Parts: sequence; structure tokens; C-alpha cells
Amino acid sequence: MTDLSLSNQAIAGKTAPPADARSRRLPTQWFGVAPFFIFAVMFLILPTLYLMLGAFQNDASEFTLANIVGIFDPPNLSIYLQCQGASWLSWTPGNCQLPTILAAYWISIKVSLASALIGAFSGLAIAIAIVRGGLPEWIRSATLTFSGVASNFAGVPLAFAFLATLGRLGLATVILNTVLGFNLYAHGFNILSFWGLTLTYVYFQIPLMVVIITPAIDGLKKEWGEAAATLGATTAQYWRMVVIPVIWPSFLGTVILLFANAFGAIATAYALTGSSLNIIPIVLYAQIRGDVLHNAHLGYAIAFGMILITGLANVFYIWFRTRSERWLK
Amino acid sequence: MAEPFLSIQHVRKSFGATTVVEDFNLDVAPGEFVSFLGPSGCGKTTVLRMVAGFEEPSAGKIVVGGKDITRLKPNQRNVGMVFQAYALFPNLTVAQNIGFGLKVAGMSKAAIDSRVAEMLDIIKLPQMADRYPYQLSGGQQQRIALARAIAPKPKLLLLDEPLSALDAKVRVSLREEIRSIQKKLDITTIFVTHDQEEALSISDRIAVMYGGKAEQVGTPFEIYNRPATKFVANFVGTLNVLEGKVTDAASGKVQVNSQEVSLKGKLNGSKSGDTLSLALRPEAISLGRQPGHDASLSGEIAEVHFLGSVIRVRVGIGGNTVSLDTFNNSTTPPPVVGDKADISFSSGDMLVLH
Amino acid sequence: MKSGRFWAWVVFALGAAYFFIPLIATVEFSMRMRRGAYSFDAYQIVLGDARFQATFMYSVVAALFTIILGVLIVVPAAYWIRLRLPQLRPIVEFITLLPLVIPAIVIVFGYIRMYGSNSPLPFLANDTATNALLVIGYATLSLPYMYRAVDTGLRTIDVRTLTEAAQILGAGWSTIITRVILPNVLIAVLSGAFLTFAIVIGEFTMASLLNRPAFGPYLQNIGANRAYEPAALAIIAFAITWGCMSLIQILSRFAPKSANRPN
Repeated sequence: MTDLSLSNQAIAGKTAPPADARSRRLPTQWFGVAPFFIFAVMFLILPTLYLMLGAFQNDASEFTLANIVGIFDPPNLSIYLQCQGASWLSWTPGNCQLPTILAAYWISIKVSLASALIGAFSGLAIAIAIVRGGLPEWIRSATLTFSGVASNFAGVPLAFAFLATLGRLGLATVILNTVLGFNLYAHGFNILSFWGLTLTYVYFQIPLMVVIITPAIDGLKKEWGEAAATLGATTAQYWRMVVIPVIWPSFLGTVILLFANAFGAIATAYALTGSSLNIIPIVLYAQIRGDVLHNAHLGYAIAFGMILITGLANVFYIWFRTRSERWLK
Repeated sequence: MAEPFLSIQHVRKSFGATTVVEDFNLDVAPGEFVSFLGPSGCGKTTVLRMVAGFEEPSAGKIVVGGKDITRLKPNQRNVGMVFQAYALFPNLTVAQNIGFGLKVAGMSKAAIDSRVAEMLDIIKLPQMADRYPYQLSGGQQQRIALARAIAPKPKLLLLDEPLSALDAKVRVSLREEIRSIQKKLDITTIFVTHDQEEALSISDRIAVMYGGKAEQVGTPFEIYNRPATKFVANFVGTLNVLEGKVTDAASGKVQVNSQEVSLKGKLNGSKSGDTLSLALRPEAISLGRQPGHDASLSGEIAEVHFLGSVIRVRVGIGGNTVSLDTFNNSTTPPPVVGDKADISFSSGDMLVLH
Repeated sequence: MKSGRFWAWVVFALGAAYFFIPLIATVEFSMRMRRGAYSFDAYQIVLGDARFQATFMYSVVAALFTIILGVLIVVPAAYWIRLRLPQLRPIVEFITLLPLVIPAIVIVFGYIRMYGSNSPLPFLANDTATNALLVIGYATLSLPYMYRAVDTGLRTIDVRTLTEAAQILGAGWSTIITRVILPNVLIAVLSGAFLTFAIVIGEFTMASLLNRPAFGPYLQNIGANRAYEPAALAIIAFAITWGCMSLIQILSRFAPKSANRPN
């Protein structure tokens, strides 16, 4: 008995110092993460909150929904839009349509969605081809390396490359015209248009899809196909009942990510179309540079709308991602 | 053997210049459980995959129930297969997994449901029907995979190292379960493994494979006690190998470390002066002279490992070391390293390896 | 199987065409400056342009500061979270994802409104402070990439065990960080750094809205005013991106393999 209690005391005495050390070490722990959190709050969270709050305030810092309503108000953009002088916001130069903020959102959504879908399906096809197509191993690694490069090749230089390719004097345009006798521009194509911009965005969307979806295709185990075959399934049945359902969540999740990726992009569009294609980041850019809306808080509302759209997209992305990871554990 | 159900005839497989399987022959009776046992790279999985239809033989043919299936696609062969990594479809529930083969065969929903329920009963997981594979343990997943494979009533069941990914305990219980289900359904089965204990414990017959060939095909008893080749003897079970020299071929006398042993008539053809490899299972050797053991050798205790119920003793005899097992006995202390010791055995248990 | 391989080749060929034709066209276009003959005139003019040199150097320096700032913020946080504060992981991962959710133009808009000349923290009051704000903005943009690279690096080396092993051997914190952790995550940090460099070097939105003389706005300006030089610049930019990615690839070969993890 005495022995036992003695050893208990000894144990108690021994555990005490580490507990002390722990409490003394606590500030050090937070020291490691403090710079990160201070930085994130000051330069990521607060500025965003500032805009989001500003979207619901007027100049007197009172709560209002007028800015949000203003987004849906057609005359807002036309106020400063002199049809002849400021052709930069209209669809094509010289076009006298008066676009609205809402229209700008809509074009952005359309371009982002189209480039995301085209990029996603093409990227999926390429990923399947390099993983399951029986191509030589070097093609797979070369494709993945190139995709890493091309998914980061965005912005102004990408616009230059597409102007050099599909611009009025671009190589592809010229060759199509002289060799095949097909005049792209006579058939309504314009690099400074919806489809021109979409086709350009696809240049970084496809590689991004390849980079993200290849691991998911790799996750399709060869044994699943073999198991399905021994159970009597045809290839088509195997794809319909297993492959597509398994890939679907990561595919959809990546489409959403690609959408958000294109939605916030501005440099490519700005360099490519100047200001002839009225996408929402370009409207916001013009507002920041020159307060073209004559209402700072309307600018906040535009930013708020952008965050809302990309934020919603990412909520879906994370949701789909968790679903697919759950299966593929 | 009566009419074989599965007949693998002169099957060869090469990938480019390397031959993985050469001239493999095996007949399997209906309802028989045959294991392919061998180290990795011996060709056992390749033979199995040729039976399943995933690899096409370079030569030879495979006949099931009198029908040549060598050129059939896997989905036309009606075989069930279980994989090492379970390979359950992750997007389908347990019931949907088991019903997969029935669904693609176009069975009615009611028929599928009742067959799935029957299968779940057989594998004793009736409450798991609506779970997804990721919610199950490895052992449960493999039982589902087994149920999925046998649900469409295949002619053949192919098991590709189905237990290798599981814990030791689950492995033992599942292999007994596989065997009892196989017996109950009377389904002809091929089981690929590199684990000799597994193969010995559940097979009707074992084909021990090495270098793309079947070294020996026989019952577990034959494989263990009468290994046909040195490889089989070494690969299956623990074996003590002693170098011996034939001193008198006529009376079967062999010298091991200048001690003479008589091996009545087991020398089949060796001449006096030949060197032989002699093999003994640890359990055939006793420490000290025992009644019924007609041969003995003297040596010195080299190592003693206390393993609980068994004590493994290694005895040095000249340049050779012999392992033997004695049962633990609480009243007798284990042998001491360095002591002189005699070992005895029955000369009939000694194998002459070629 | 045979037809599958055929379609795989078709898909690959179509993809390769889509990705290589613009590159070829840009190269071709960039060499068309001299009438009737291919030449490197456009490259000569671009490389000889004093504004090119100045803006490029500006962006290189900005990128270097961005990398230093990113490392200082990310490495200690990622390390401490792996080691002692795993409960913070979800929060930190969420925060590092935010720059992918919030468009760069929105972030910089927030900066301009919050840190204007009249604010308590007037980053826009003078050039040095604005340069700092640009670097801060770039560090924000690269946060997701930097954090992911470093965190992956820390995961493969199993920091906790390494740290405990070093502590048992009597190492102090400074020794642990400089002799054990940093050398092991150096490859990961460098990968993140090169990716940051590739993103930052031609960045347009933030630099333009903060009125900095960076490479991105210069590119845009040339694009609006010249014919052949933009193509030459696009090729140069592509080569820089390619170089950064190749370096990451090469580095990954030297990365420690996760030998000490059972799975």
C-alpha cells in the first residue's frame, strides 16, 4: 500500500513539469501561425469584407440595398456610355447597343461556362487517352508537363498568341484563307468576340482540367474493368454503370473550378479585345480606374456579385470533391 | 480422374522475348479446389488471367465443360473472379455490387433482389446490403467481392490472391469461409497464392509453380511429404538440408559429417562417392534417441528459441545446422546452448533431393 | 482495344494541334517584322527596349520579394500546424483557398479602398509603400500554391517524427528548423517559389490598378500599340513559364521520397 501511494506521488511529481512547460510554450505555438493569420486577416479577409459591407452601404455609411438593386438597373452603365465615343464597352466597335451591368455579368457567365465545359470535356478526353488509351508512356509524362506549363500560361501573352493565330493577320486565318479558301472573318468569326475569347480561355482551361482530372482517371482501378468483364458486362455497360458515376463528381467539381477560374480572369480578355467585349471584370476594372459608374458603392456591389458567384461555385466544388474523395478512398 | 471440367492444355505465354508460362498442363475435376502456389513471377497469375480471358495464350488451349474458350472474351466466359484489392465498384452499394452480374445479364429486379439476399446470407453479412464499400472493413469487402463473383452462378471461380491484403486473423477465418462456401456450392475453383500455409490448408490439389512451369501437382499431403523437386521441397514448409556422401550405394549407406546413416533403398541410382542433398522436416526430428527412429546423428546445441508452446532448437552437425521443434514442457528446462546432443529420426522421413 | 488506341491517338493529335498551332503561329508572327524575310528583329527591338528591361527587372524583384514574404508566412504556419495545431488545419486550408475564390481584381479593389492615402495604413501614400502593397497582393495570389507545395513537402517527410527524433538527440529549435526541417522541405519551398514566379512575372490586374511599372502592364501597353513585338513577348513569356515548370519538374526528382511512411 505504502509503496503504491509513494509511486503515485512520484508519478504526480513527474507529470507536473511538462504541464508547466506546455503552458509556457503556448505563446510560441501561436507565434508560428500568427504571421499567417495576421496577413490573411489584413490582406485577404478585411479588404473583402470591406467591399462586401460597402455593397450594402451608401455614402453616409447607412444600410441600403440600392447598390444591389443598381446592378439590375439598366441605365447605370448607359449613363456614361456615349454610344459613339465610348465604343469600348459595346459588343463590337461601332455597335450602338447599350449594355448593362447585368448584361456584363451574363456575358462573363456565358464565356466562363462555355470555356469551362469545352475545356472540361476536351481535357477529360485527353486525360482518358493518355491514361487508358494505351499510348506510349512518354506521351503521358510529356502531356502532363506541358499541361502544367499551359495551365499557367494565361494573361496578356496568351492574348498575343491568339491574336497571332486567329487575328485578322494570324497564321491560322491566313492559311485557312489562302490554302483552303475559307475566310474565317467573312463567316462571322472574330477573335474579339464571345467565341474568340472562349477559344482563347480554353487554352488554359484544358490543361487545368488535364492536371486535375488525371489523378481521378488514375484512380479508376484496372480491376474494376476486369471484375465487370468477368461478371459479363460489356465495355459500354461498365462505363455507364461504373466509370461515369465514379468520375462524375470530380468532373463536375472541376467544371465549377474552371468556371470560377475564367470568371475572375481579366488580363487575357483586356489584352485580347481591348474593351470591345464587355465582361464583368472589365467593367469593374474601368470603375476602379475612373469611377465610370459615378458611384463607388455600385462598384462594391459589382465586386460583391463576383464574390457571390465564384463563392457559390466553390461551395459546389468542395461539395462534389468530398463526394468523389469519399468513394475513392 | 473422371471427365475434367477445366482442362488447360499445353498453354504458353510470352510477352515479347520473355516467356512467362511454358507448356502448362492441368486438368481440374468438377467441384475441385486447386491452388496455384509459387513465388511472385512464377506465372501463376498469368495462367489464371488466361483462364479468365484477360491474357491470350501464345499457344495451347483452355477447355471448360468440353468447350474451347481460348478465344472467348472475358465477358463471354461466365467465370467469377475475386481480386487481391477487392475491386468493388465504389459507387454502388453492397447489394448493387452483388447484383451487378445479374443486372447486366438482364434479370428481373425481383430475381436480382432474392439472389442478392441469398448471397448476403451465405457470406453472413445480411445487414450490410445498403452500405457502400468504403464503409466496410477489408475482410467484409472481400466477402462481398466473393458474393459478387458467385452470384451469377459462374462455371468457374478464380481467386487471385484474395487474402493477401488482409490481416493475419481475418485471413485465416476468411479462407475457411471460402472453402466452406466453395464446398457448399460445389463450384470448381482456382486459387492463386504465394502463401504455402494457405494453399496446404484449403486445397484439394496444389500446383506448385516455378519459372513458368508446374513443378509438381498433387494433394497437399503429397506436396508436403513427397516433394518431387528441390524447389518444391524448399518452397513448401521448412526444411533442413544436409550434404551427404554415398559410401555404399548397394546397402544405401550415406556419410554425413563422418557419421554414417543408412537410407534403405532411397538412393535411386546414385553411385558410391556421389554427393547428395538430404532433407528433413523439423517435425520429423527428435532431440535424443527415440524409439522407432532408426537413424541418428551427434552434434552440439547451437541456438534455442523459446516460442511458447514450441521450442525451436538448432543443432550444429559439422558444417550443417538442423532445426527441430520440441514441445514446451513445464517440468523440463529447455536445452542449453553448447551442450552435446543427439538427434534421431526415421530414415524413411529423409528425402533425397535431386 | 485496337480501336481504343486509335481514338486515343486521334484525341492526342487534336489536342496537340490545338496547343501547338498557336505557339507556331506566334513564333511565325514574331519573325515577320522584316518584309519578305524571317528575322529576329522583333526580339531585338523588344529586348533592347529600355522599358522592357526596366519593367521586367521590376517584376523579377517583385517576384523575389513575393517569394520571401510567402515563405516567411507559409512555412512556419504549415510547420506548426503539422506539428502542434492540427485542429487549425481546416481553417488554414479554407483561408488558403480563398484567393482562388475571390478574383484578384476584387482583392486589389479592396486594398485600394482600405489602404488609401487617408486610411490609418496609407499604403498608397508613397511609391515604396505601394510597391510593398503589390508584393503583398502577389503573396496573397500565390498563397494557395505556396501553402499546398510546402504542406505536401512536410507531409512526405513526416515532420512530427523528424522533430521528435531531433529533440531526443538533443537538438534545439533553431537547429531543428535550420538543419532538419528546412533542408527537407527546401525542394517543396523551391517548387512553390518557381510557381509563384511564373504567376507573378506577367501579372497584369494588380500591377495595373496599383499603377506600378511592372511587366504585365508593359505587355498590355505594347499589345495595344505594336504589331509584331507582342508576339515576340508572348514567346518570351511562354519560355519563362516553361522554364519555371521545368525547374519544378527537375526539382521534384530530388524531393525526398516518403520512405518513412508505411503507406
